[in-house]
Amino acid sequence: MDTATTNKDAQGTPLGAGGHTLFDKIWNKHIVKTIEGGPSVLYIDKHLIHEVTSPQAFAGLDKRGIKVFRPKQIVATADHNVPTLNQHLPIKEELSRLQVEALTTNCANHGVELYGLGHPYQGIVHVIGPELGFTQPGMTIVCGDSHTSTHGAFGAIAFGIGTSEVEMVMATQCLLQSKPKLMRINVEGELNEGVVSKDIVLYIISLISASGATGYAVEFAGSAIKRLSMEARMTICNMSIEMGARCGLIAPDETTFSYIKGREFAPKGEEWDKKLAYWKTLFSDADAKFDTEITIDAKDIEPMITYGTNPGMGIGVSQHIPALAEVEAKEQASYEKALQYMGLEAGSNIKGQKVDYVFIGSCTNSRIEDLRMVASFVQGKQKASGVEVWIVPGSKQVEAQAIAEGLDKVFEIAGFQLRQPGCSACLGMNEDKIPAGKYCISTSNRNFEGRQGPNARTLLASPLTAAAAAITGVVSDVRELI
Amino acid sequence: MSKAINIITSTIVPLHNENVDTDQIIPARFLKATSRDGFGKNLFRDWRYENDNEATPKKDFVLNNALYAGKILVAGKNFGCGSSREHAAWAIKDAGFDVVVSSFFADIFKNNALNNFLLPVVVSDEFLNRIFEAVENNPSTELTVNLGEQSITLNETRATETFDINNYKKTCLLNGFDDIDYLLNIKPEIETYEKEHFN
Ligand code: SF4
Repeated sequence: MDTATTNKDAQGTPLGAGGHTLFDKIWNKHIVKTIEGGPSVLYIDKHLIHEVTSPQAFAGLDKRGIKVFRPKQIVATADHNVPTLNQHLPIKEELSRLQVEALTTNCANHGVELYGLGHPYQGIVHVIGPELGFTQPGMTIVCGDSHTSTHGAFGAIAFGIGTSEVEMVMATQCLLQSKPKLMRINVEGELNEGVVSKDIVLYIISLISASGATGYAVEFAGSAIKRLSMEARMTICNMSIEMGARCGLIAPDETTFSYIKGREFAPKGEEWDKKLAYWKTLFSDADAKFDTEITIDAKDIEPMITYGTNPGMGIGVSQHIPALAEVEAKEQASYEKALQYMGLEAGSNIKGQKVDYVFIGSCTNSRIEDLRMVASFVQGKQKASGVEVWIVPGSKQVEAQAIAEGLDKVFEIAGFQLRQPGCSACLGMNEDKIPAGKYCISTSNRNFEGRQGPNARTLLASPLTAAAAAITGVVSDVRELI
Repeated sequence: MSKAINIITSTIVPLHNENVDTDQIIPARFLKATSRDGFGKNLFRDWRYENDNEATPKKDFVLNNALYAGKILVAGKNFGCGSSREHAAWAIKDAGFDVVVSSFFADIFKNNALNNFLLPVVVSDEFLNRIFEAVENNPSTELTVNLGEQSITLNETRATETFDINNYKKTCLLNGFDDIDYLLNIKPEIETYEKEHFN
């Protein structure tokens, strides 16, 4: 059975007749056909690629003797492997260099535009997509990277895929997908002082666990979400994968539209008006049904920090690490193992824990707003001695903007290092690794064992909480410092 | 190489850990290759070796224990969470596994596994415990996974459970078909769709 679904949903209900979620509206418009009793052929509007998960996909195309089907719908950059110092020099690490070179050759062979090292648009894929206006509402967007969920902040269906799927999209601009279940998480009310979007998402994950949204697409809604900037919304959608979700999304509104307007790949003139009219239809209808719905009171959220080895192991900074007795019996063994890895004690306070490194960067928190937040907090302050602080902007454009605003001076005076754009210590694929046993308070999204380097210990937090630790040298409650 | 999967009978490698993320399966620093081969030797690298050194295997890690071997990896819940790296599926397959059994898989990992003819089998928590207990009592315990019948059986006790798999995916695995072959075949339909979509 093939279903033409451009103006109707799978049950034949006309779109716009009510009852549809934001997700449904976008999903239905992208179904090329549905295989009976199987997945749907989902059309992909935009594809982002980077050096680590694309070489085997290009090799697959070459083996089949075919070219990229729609090269103009791909944006490519080098981010995971690149050094964050002296980017004008050849990459020293041989395997990294070969991988970046392979991307350059592959893009050239297939007519794909590459924003490689040295290009003014280079940066982390999930930072440059939105920044260039490539990411737009109502689209389907994929990338061989799980944090593709970031782009959902614009009201798009955006999700991470594996390399075989990268090859499929390169070859046909389509994927075979089954529709996920739908969850809505409403965050209502006013945020407390010192609490930012990273805290919201860490709080949600601590509540529902690192697998709490597996199998779901999650729409974030509610008055607290509505008030957030685009950068802050991206931070939340970025981490929806850390609750297991297939993707996260937020209905587009005036904040979204004014962010996109005028950007490099944003629609212009008449095209803009047409697109805008469509984008304004992208919201969940009042009578739309979700498989699961959760509502959170914004005032219950305090600055958050993780103490364990998955992003669900988070607490408010004033709280204690759960005592063994507070953990479910069957979870106790893995809980103890996590704390042992972290060198932390069950039942103790996290506040006051010594910190060796501070990493402000990654596709979660490396946008200009994050850097401004850090700069305004540290203005006139000095980092604690013995703490190494790395600020790694998400893109060349963020870096240029930070310098234009003089943020680099603020960081320099504080003793922070402003480095060049890339994924950096988020995953430690380049030289930026945290040494074994050291504690790093990080604005990235994963605190897995060894994520930032073998035996490195990661504490995830917001840029504000990370900046506070940089100044005091220990985990601190930023509310006591502002 | 025929990629097709149907019935697999094998001893088991039990990995009791829960929330095994893809950074553990294959750490990021080993993702620098540009081919799909050879990732198996770095599977669970940091759990397997002391100080990143192959000369000093960690004795208490299951892959270093000669008692356990086989084509079936059995792991705790939420297996494969984290990064989308398909290298995780490649590493497991390259290390000789055809099946991973858990009570819960992360989405992207599950897709990646299926695309590489590595069969993810979801069992109940109770059945998972039974397997762990059986293999603890007898390391040469065998499991039979029958894809056609969608069943998984502990050979010794004949304890069995059925598992779900998408019909389309099942056909692909049984016949050794790839999604990409299917999609390439419907390209004219995709082009027709595009005309309307971009209008
Ligand atoms: S910054 Fe980290 S999470 Fe984001 S794309 Fe790079 S490696 Fe992945």
